[in-house]
Amino acid sequence: MNLALRDIRHHRSRFIQTCLGLGLLLGVVMSMGGIYRGLFTDATAVLNATAADLWVVQQDTSGPFAATSRIPEDIKYRIRAVPGVAQASALSFQNIQSERYGKPFRFFLVGYELGGLGGPPVIVAGRPIRHKHYEIVVDRALKMPIGETIRLADDDYTVVGHTAKMVSSAGDPVAYVTLADAQKIQFQDDDNAIRNNRARLAGQLGRLPYLLPDQVEQLIPQVAGIAGSTHIANTVVARLSSGADLFLVQERISRWNHFRPLTVQDQVRILTEGMIKQAKMQLGLFRTLLLIISGVIISLIIYTMTLDKLRVIATLKLIGTRNRVIVGLILQQSLLMGLIAYAVGYVLISLTYEKFPRRVELVPIDLIVLFVIVLVICIAASLVGIRKAMRVEPAEALGG
Amino acid sequence: MYAVQIEKLTKIYGSGDTEVVALSDATFDVAPGELVAILGPSGSGKTTLLTAIGLVTEPTRGRVVLDGELIVDNGWPLGLDLKRVRREKLGFIFQHHNLIPFLTTVENVMIALENNGIVGGEARERSVELLGSLGLGHRLDHYPALLSGGESQRTAIARALANRPRVILADEPTAALDTENGKNVMRLLKKLAVENRSAILVVTHDRRMVEGFDRIFEVSDGRIVGEQRNGSSNA
Repeated sequence: MNLALRDIRHHRSRFIQTCLGLGLLLGVVMSMGGIYRGLFTDATAVLNATAADLWVVQQDTSGPFAATSRIPEDIKYRIRAVPGVAQASALSFQNIQSERYGKPFRFFLVGYELGGLGGPPVIVAGRPIRHKHYEIVVDRALKMPIGETIRLADDDYTVVGHTAKMVSSAGDPVAYVTLADAQKIQFQDDDNAIRNNRARLAGQLGRLPYLLPDQVEQLIPQVAGIAGSTHIANTVVARLSSGADLFLVQERISRWNHFRPLTVQDQVRILTEGMIKQAKMQLGLFRTLLLIISGVIISLIIYTMTLDKLRVIATLKLIGTRNRVIVGLILQQSLLMGLIAYAVGYVLISLTYEKFPRRVELVPIDLIVLFVIVLVICIAASLVGIRKAMRVEPAEALGG
Repeated sequence: MYAVQIEKLTKIYGSGDTEVVALSDATFDVAPGELVAILGPSGSGKTTLLTAIGLVTEPTRGRVVLDGELIVDNGWPLGLDLKRVRREKLGFIFQHHNLIPFLTTVENVMIALENNGIVGGEARERSVELLGSLGLGHRLDHYPALLSGGESQRTAIARALANRPRVILADEPTAALDTENGKNVMRLLKKLAVENRSAILVVTHDRRMVEGFDRIFEVSDGRIVGEQRNGSSNA
């Protein structure tokens, strides 16, 4: 006869309520683990989707994700010429925040060359960008239907397709436009700024004694064109041909002035150790605290349940029940509580994790480790109750 | 062979100024099938005597032999498995029944059998039979909370009898019952003592309940101050 199950059967509603409460707590612990994993996946989503071998950024920066990087777009031609490089494309990245239906509307805009690297990895609805201007592909998390237009800088962009699960390292959904459009949105001054710049330029050139007024007039558009050029990128990514030596190519580009070639591993290190390290530590700490709280709660519940049964335990001892049966009564209840709570937590998080605003990634190894930790906590928690039970004297069964 | 033999059984709590002699030089034998009452007021030492025989309280001095096995010899012998002796030789009946609240009537009896290695169908079969013989056949799957006081005490008696112990120790078994139910329980104990050839020692402070007992020991201030046999008395 299993005394633990008999006791649970008799107090089933109290036991179920306790398990549900603990299950909610373990569900939160699981979600913390999932968010912890999701942070890493989010941080590297664009990096992985780009599938490049090298990221060439501005010298002395850790761009384009962790720091600002600006390099001339045409450096891509020079990179393409490096032996071992099969493909090189310029990319631009920027955070955009505007309003939509009166609510803040934030996304991460990627500008890519049609047919080049760094575009949407998968189109889940609609179509990819086909025209050079005014089309945009958005992550479905932005909830923008196909055909909707959005105004960026001075132009309207029409949503032509949806991608999925593409977020920036900050967790913002990603949208894609062509590089030319992205450059215009990011780098082109508005009309007032252009007029002001030209006036300032005319003033400065006009003060030069060796230029005639006609020459100044001819120079203004030339100089303004150069100064206002939008042929800038945040990075140029390169994919190597098969068999090419990554480090040889990296070493070659690193000898150039003004540029820094970063491998994917470099970017992962920058993103995970720099950008999300503290967030991960915070989540890890919070998760550990929740586990400790779970342990304390299980301990208290088991201890209280044992206190409720002291007379029963004394009676059992008096009628000759072996210690292992009494230990089993407490230990099995503790383990069962942990198992049911774990199952409740798992079901809860499985049903809800896709509704979380940020990615929650449930990884089997995390769940297995948590399961083992819960079992260890249950065993440790039951020790307090077992210790109390072992100290109960059979004589306590006697009298009133 | 006697079911219970005690000789100069003494229990002293504390020492020096705080010394309390709870039981002093108690000596008697109980034969199988004998129903014995230990009678005395509250604090007289009767429960100490019972718990010393029942291996619950370790005596300071004296000897206890249960069913021919020396189990107390100026304290508990080293290595004595108290639980084994309690399982095999003793049955306990308590003032407040002490049924396990989360076990049904039949399970409360089965647990005693399972303690002795009788499990599953056999344990259930024997428990059902025993409870049936005590008039509880219709209450097998009821929890103790749903039983009357008399039914609870009969269930407790069934649990005590389950392993057919040679000695049954009952601590105020009628204290929580009304007079009628109390007398019924005492009559049942008398019947069982005869039928099972078990020695039954009943601690009580209620003289009305000991009618028909084979022997009555009167305890006062830790000493046996009188012994009354069916119809005769030795003070």
